[in-house]
Amino acid sequence: MIELQQLCRDFLIGDQTVHALDHLDLTIDSGEYLSVMGPSGSGKSTLLNMLGLLDRPSSGEYLLNTQVTSSLKEEQRAALRRDHIGFVFQSYHLLPRLTARENVELPLVLAGVAPKIRQATVDELLRRLDLSDRAAHNPSQLSGGQRQRVAIGRAIIMEPDLLLADEPTGNLDSKSGLEVMALLEELNAGGITLLVVTHDEEMGARAQRRLHMVDGRINQDWRPGRTERI
Amino acid sequence: MAVLTRIGGPVGPKEYEQALMRVYDLLAFNFRVITRQRVRSIMLLIAIAIGVLAINLLTGIGEGGKQFVLGEFNLLGKNVLIMLPGKKETTGGIPPLTGETTRDLTLQDAQAILRLAEVSAVAPLIPGKIEISHGRLSREAFTLGSNRAFFEMRQLDIAQGSILPDVPMDQAVAVCIIGSKLRRELFGNRPALGQWLRAGDSRFRVVGILKDRGQGLGLDMNDVIIIPVASAQSLFNTEGLFRIFIELRNLHDLDKSRDRITDLLKNRHDGEEDVTLIAQDSLLTAFADILDTMTLTVAGIAAISMLVAGILIMNVSLIAVSQRTREIGLLKALGLPARTVRIIFLSEAAMMATAGAIIGLLISELALFLARRVYPAVLFDTPNWAQVGSFIVAIVTALVFSAIPARRAANMAPVDALLDKKADQA
Repeated sequence: MIELQQLCRDFLIGDQTVHALDHLDLTIDSGEYLSVMGPSGSGKSTLLNMLGLLDRPSSGEYLLNTQVTSSLKEEQRAALRRDHIGFVFQSYHLLPRLTARENVELPLVLAGVAPKIRQATVDELLRRLDLSDRAAHNPSQLSGGQRQRVAIGRAIIMEPDLLLADEPTGNLDSKSGLEVMALLEELNAGGITLLVVTHDEEMGARAQRRLHMVDGRINQDWRPGRTERI
Repeated sequence: MAVLTRIGGPVGPKEYEQALMRVYDLLAFNFRVITRQRVRSIMLLIAIAIGVLAINLLTGIGEGGKQFVLGEFNLLGKNVLIMLPGKKETTGGIPPLTGETTRDLTLQDAQAILRLAEVSAVAPLIPGKIEISHGRLSREAFTLGSNRAFFEMRQLDIAQGSILPDVPMDQAVAVCIIGSKLRRELFGNRPALGQWLRAGDSRFRVVGILKDRGQGLGLDMNDVIIIPVASAQSLFNTEGLFRIFIELRNLHDLDKSRDRITDLLKNRHDGEEDVTLIAQDSLLTAFADILDTMTLTVAGIAAISMLVAGILIMNVSLIAVSQRTREIGLLKALGLPARTVRIIFLSEAAMMATAGAIIGLLISELALFLARRVYPAVLFDTPNWAQVGSFIVAIVTALVFSAIPARRAANMAPVDALLDKKADQA
């Protein structure tokens, strides 16, 4: 369960203050599937960074699973990210010197999980992601769709509650893009709360709940059966 | 269709609470970085290796030189005092015009000293040059008149036969011990033991051959003939001893023992203090101090090269942090705490320093090994303190100079690092 209360994020550009997020209120239930759309600079990515605890609000409050996050120290926020939040990026953010397998394994390595447990977990995940035969390849040897699948594997290996995807299909051809979306939706069906930031109307339309942002505000919160204008 | 989530198995968030990377994983992770950024890594390795090499090589040479010089002086044990006739004034100024008649040191003086409780052995010495001949071969050789104790004090070993017989100092015996070179030149391949030599107008039977040994204080011990001191007295027609070597039982009361010996000689010489007593220990200590200071100075200068390496480490690490900004961002997004980010960068520097130090040490050992081959007389050997010290200096330098880059990496805001526009996309 996620709750944003009057959340603001201001940036100072030159001597001008830009309200990337402007007194945002938002509640997301566990297991929801949301898309966030809107023009560039409307605050979509800032919202995603805020939800992912990568950024701190200028004011307002963010409750993750009823926990107040504004008072948390950086180390505690890191632990929350590690245990509860997965990220999928447009540009994959794979480490080029690691193999596909090692990229998927990375969160477990960073968390100090024993190699034996890691091995079994990664094997299983790679198999389910249909990447077993690409495990020893470096990212540069993989197709875009495969890279994004590796990135998704990395995002979910710690079994997060919340999966945040920033333009996950932005660098992919339409076929790979659809495969990736199908994979994310499959994860959502398994219980993960899924939030996808996208420019692509078609991809955005797949979500059960669609947010539209303009100037740091949500101007449309669409759910099946009702349209809510704010 | 919960196919992919809850992949099950023994992992669950609770088990990650420790959240520290395993040491092996950390090393493996760093190793990837080091081997991937080859040019950078080789540059750092060379810088550190040169610093360590400089420290070890220079202290090795310094220590070798020190051992060489001290070895020259150290033929006598530390507990040996040297007595010479005449009072050597060290106050400077003009010597008294009247002059002093210097009394000879005699064998009786030596015997009296030997009777002191704190003295364990006494070796008198009368040196000279005399014509030595055997058959038709003859040559001038350095002749030392002394006694049995002399061999042990000057650490002279016998290759064949025996040393001088254990007889009272004032008893002349017609035997001699000769150096290996003298033996070769007088006897060639024929056996020398038991043969008679002519020295001046006396004859001596060869009872021992000295073991080969190089120069010692400018005297080639391979080219000497050693005879009993009483024989030397008659051969050179002299009463006076050139030196008396006095071996003390222990070093504890060195000053007291010196005073006792000086008093004894003063009494025997009508109250006149006309001998000089040198503790070679003090001489050696002075020398060793000077040489140690030199070695330290040289090591200090070498350590400056470490500083240069350190600045290079800092520069290169700052560049690396900026190049790896997006990676740092990702690691933070994956939940890596700042502390661990710092550990990653510091441990990487420590790994490079260790590797560089090992390379530097190995090259230094190799160079010193070759130097020992070329100059076997000088024992080039890096002292342990320099080896350990250079290692520590290398690692500390690496840690200190990568502290700022590591902190910069650790303190990056995750969102800024992730969005770093400069870096290439992975």
